[in-house]
Amino acid sequence: MKRFFDAELEAFRSRLLQMGERAQELTRLAIRSLMEADLKLSDQVIASDDEIDRLEVQIDDEAISYMTLRGPVASELRVVIVGMKASHDLERVGDEATSIARRARRLAIEPKLESYSDVQRMANIALEMLRDALDCFILEDEQKALAVCRRDPEVDNMNRMVYRRLTSYMIERPDTIARSIELMFISKSIERIADHATNIAEEMIYLAKGKDVRHTEQVRKEQPPASVPPFTAS
Amino acid sequence: MPTMVERPLTTSAASSLPPQVQPADPASTGPSAAGETVAFEIDKFSLWYGPRQALYEVSITIPATRVTAIIGPSGCGKSTFLRALNRMHELTPGTRLSGRLLLRGQDLYSPEIDPTVVRRRVGMVFQKSNPFPTMTIAENVLCGLRLNGVTDRDFLRQRLEESLRMAALWDEVKDTLFRPGISLSGGQQQRLCIARAIAVRPEVLLLDEPCSALDPIATAKVEELIHELKRSYTIVIVTHNMQQAARCSDRTAFFYLGKLVEYADTRTIFMNPANPQTEAYVSGRFG
Repeated sequence: MKRFFDAELEAFRSRLLQMGERAQELTRLAIRSLMEADLKLSDQVIASDDEIDRLEVQIDDEAISYMTLRGPVASELRVVIVGMKASHDLERVGDEATSIARRARRLAIEPKLESYSDVQRMANIALEMLRDALDCFILEDEQKALAVCRRDPEVDNMNRMVYRRLTSYMIERPDTIARSIELMFISKSIERIADHATNIAEEMIYLAKGKDVRHTEQVRKEQPPASVPPFTAS
Repeated sequence: MPTMVERPLTTSAASSLPPQVQPADPASTGPSAAGETVAFEIDKFSLWYGPRQALYEVSITIPATRVTAIIGPSGCGKSTFLRALNRMHELTPGTRLSGRLLLRGQDLYSPEIDPTVVRRRVGMVFQKSNPFPTMTIAENVLCGLRLNGVTDRDFLRQRLEESLRMAALWDEVKDTLFRPGISLSGGQQQRLCIARAIAVRPEVLLLDEPCSALDPIATAKVEELIHELKRSYTIVIVTHNMQQAARCSDRTAFFYLGKLVEYADTRTIFMNPANPQTEAYVSGRFG
């Protein structure tokens, strides 16, 4: 039976997906602005952060209103709760993208460091994780969401390797310290984006199955091999 | 004292359900009853009103000193089921039944069991408050005891106060005990009926939509009362109000077309039901 307020829940779902699209797009643009030293792109990302913030506020408002007025239960309640939590993660993704764009702006006038390609690879994985996690909002696919969670250590390891490599680089070439530190922070931001994608994936498992897998072994099983694929030579 | 039987909570005989009311996964529909005392143990219980079958092989275990909510659309058999728990349906001519219905291990439908004794053990409060119109508040509360031959005035006075206190009504009526029961407000009348039901100290209280005619304040008082009473009584409540079932009960059973579709912890029924029909019903998308 269709209810007169079903459209409200559909609008809520669409809003979250719209926010997810924007967060992915901003992350992509922020990385591109870094790689291409494109100041215009950096500015575009920085200016767009407000839009993500507004979407988060709007989603919270719609969720609270729906819970108060429509009394959702079961899977419907999970949609609303997961939507609120995921929107918070997406807002943080937007913040990280903005942070990357700000640092990309400062790096744009400097010669490129060799670790850029490693950062690009990390970003590709984080973006794939984010896309897959958001797909699960539509598909409610537990296995796909679990696969996202299990990719997180891969990005963590890559971040650590970038950190080690840039540290060595700074010792060898003190003139690169300022640039290396900016790149370390960018790497950390990407690692955080992967963390948010993981959070969203965990929330999607709750949406699909009603079970909370946070901080459980289930999401840590079948991690990738300890040795991550070799980085490009720096 | 009959032996208390402990058995996991079960759903109805799934095999007999038509496809549209099959539980999705029978193994996931019953919470564990480990450590709980069982009040009712009901096995393949069917009931007919003349040629019309109202209940189909309902199997369910109702724990003691818990609130069990029965939900379902109109005509699904929930009130029939409730009335079967104290043989109230026998007042309807042409009723027959099959299956087993035990209270604390004792078969309530055994030929040697007197239905009036059953109704003393299993009290009932109805949708519409029904104090005896010619009786005072005190007489209403004590009529069950008096019918059972209790005459000790001190005992009756003590039981009157206890029952009205348990029904959260004492403070409101202690100075007007000899006014007619029907002079009370709707919410007070309903609590008076609860006081009347518990005055004979039953083991079980059956509540058939007890708040459907009450305003939100009176409803809140009755719900608070249900919460207090479950310390001492097994409570089974039929309600159309999903929020009430969610607020008040520990277990919830969803009935449809005379069949028990799903029975689980209330939290499970309202947060993650196993059966899509249960989900549709509790979220108001049913039909």
